[in-house]
Amino acid sequence: MALSPLSKMDWQALRLSLLLGVVTLLLLLPFAVFIGRALAFMHGRRKPWLEGLIALPLVLPPTVFGYYLLRGFAGPVGRWYTALTGTTLAFSFAGLVIASFIVNIPFAVQPVQRAFEGISADIREAAQCCGLTAWQAFWRIELPLAWRGVISAAVLTFAHTLGEFGVVMMIGGNIPGSTKTISIAIYDEVQSFHTATAGVMALTLLGISLLSITLSYSVGERRGRR
Amino acid sequence: MTLQIRIDNDQPSLALDLALPRGQITGLVGPSGSGKTSILRAIARLRVPRAGRIALGDDVWFDSARKICIPPRLRAIGYVPQEYGLFPHLTARRNIEAALTHLSPAMRGTRARELLARVKLVDHAERYPRTLSGGQRQRVALARALARDPEVVLLDEPFSALDRPSRRELYVELRRLHAETPMTILLVTHDLEEAAQLASFLILIEHGKVVQYGSTHTVLACPATPAAVRLLGISNQFSAAWDLTDPQALRWGPYRLTLAAPAAISSPCEWTVLPTNVLLRRPDRPWGPHLENPLPSTVQSVVALGELALVWVTPDGLPDEAIEIRLPLRVIHDYQLTAGARVTVCLRSRDILLLDSDAAIACAI
Repeated sequence: MALSPLSKMDWQALRLSLLLGVVTLLLLLPFAVFIGRALAFMHGRRKPWLEGLIALPLVLPPTVFGYYLLRGFAGPVGRWYTALTGTTLAFSFAGLVIASFIVNIPFAVQPVQRAFEGISADIREAAQCCGLTAWQAFWRIELPLAWRGVISAAVLTFAHTLGEFGVVMMIGGNIPGSTKTISIAIYDEVQSFHTATAGVMALTLLGISLLSITLSYSVGERRGRR
Repeated sequence: MTLQIRIDNDQPSLALDLALPRGQITGLVGPSGSGKTSILRAIARLRVPRAGRIALGDDVWFDSARKICIPPRLRAIGYVPQEYGLFPHLTARRNIEAALTHLSPAMRGTRARELLARVKLVDHAERYPRTLSGGQRQRVALARALARDPEVVLLDEPFSALDRPSRRELYVELRRLHAETPMTILLVTHDLEEAAQLASFLILIEHGKVVQYGSTHTVLACPATPAAVRLLGISNQFSAAWDLTDPQALRWGPYRLTLAAPAAISSPCEWTVLPTNVLLRRPDRPWGPHLENPLPSTVQSVVALGELALVWVTPDGLPDEAIEIRLPLRVIHDYQLTAGARVTVCLRSRDILLLDSDAAIACAI
């Protein structure tokens, strides 16, 4: 009896990938808005250095990044975490979250930064002269105007987290239920010549990614028409 | 309350000390790069000058000596930036409500509608800025600037992006609003004509320094410094020598020019005459004793500009000098003035204005 395509799906790996994507997003987005806004309005010599640092994960090979992160996990932070929880950061979900957070910084920060840069100085200054506090100006004026950038950042981060392979392999290994994400599962299936199973999972990943990006464009389009 | 402004800054270079007349429209006029927008921004605290003091009555907004620098939201200002700075994601009404955070949410809508009615835009309350014309956007920006009942309204080239009919309409609107509520308004513009139409007082500025400050009529009729003459677009600026035998006369080439009053002799002696104040006589017309300082001259060129004609004449014996005269075009036809024609130019004593390079504020308010 032929199995349905859904029966070939590694639901545990998919659930883990989605959870990793959501947790990364929840942690990274506020950070990206804060840093992206600060960079957008920053001037001076420090700016290119900070921008370079933010963009570093884009050009660094995942293996190099994973290596340094593993070294870091063996350091004071890793020891502190172990003392606190009794587990290690390496080969754990928490370690994956940290790796995913750092790897996705440029995907989250850069669209937000460009969006804030797109707000004209006239608008920001008018907000200051309207009697708004910095916080009010941020919530009522800047964030709604930078919203498209924030949506793009969220989608890119989520989609990129789902597809992340190299760093996950280095940091998390392949522990089912803990660090085995959908992209690792696809790799496993291909290595085992289970191409049909790999195909179902790859198609699922493709569908989720396409859906996320389409949703972000449609949200942007609706706001742009207003 | 009077707004006192003393600013010293390096980049851009600013050095001024003045007080804005309370409840009046003051035009801050100067060429691009003269520092006028920087002054406006310093008043709003969008730029912090190196040193100085800005205070509205007893309310000190900035004092470098006492390290006081209060944020824009705590200064009693309304500000209309060059591109209006409207919030594009908010309707006209909500743009104004954004400036009404000091009122309860229930009150904001009512007050916003009142302000929209004042600028005659109540029917456009729910429209977004991009669907409004330039003039309508400018009105919304003005209504928003008035929302907090400011003591001082700062307008940064507010009409520069508008076509001529919209601009004229808004001149009238601004004067009407000012008549209803006499606020202190500082209007930054590079357009002298615009400032002359709207402002009761003028500040002429060049390279960050005030070159003349006074009532609009006085500044326009009585330029007191060479820089003011330049900024007013007057080409009649001449050097003469003092007549050492008579403190009420100048020696200009072969001519002796009589002044309206004795002058304190200093050197060098620079003088000007407004192109509209130069009288022209044809040599064949009778010459009366009431016509002062006659200069037999030759017309060098005549240029018609609409209903106005510009005539340049060279006095006999002063081949390197040319006096500009502005006349109604019909006078050119009546006098049949063409290049090479012989005329007599008359300079009334009271119209010969001595210039003083050191007089920053030569005309008192």
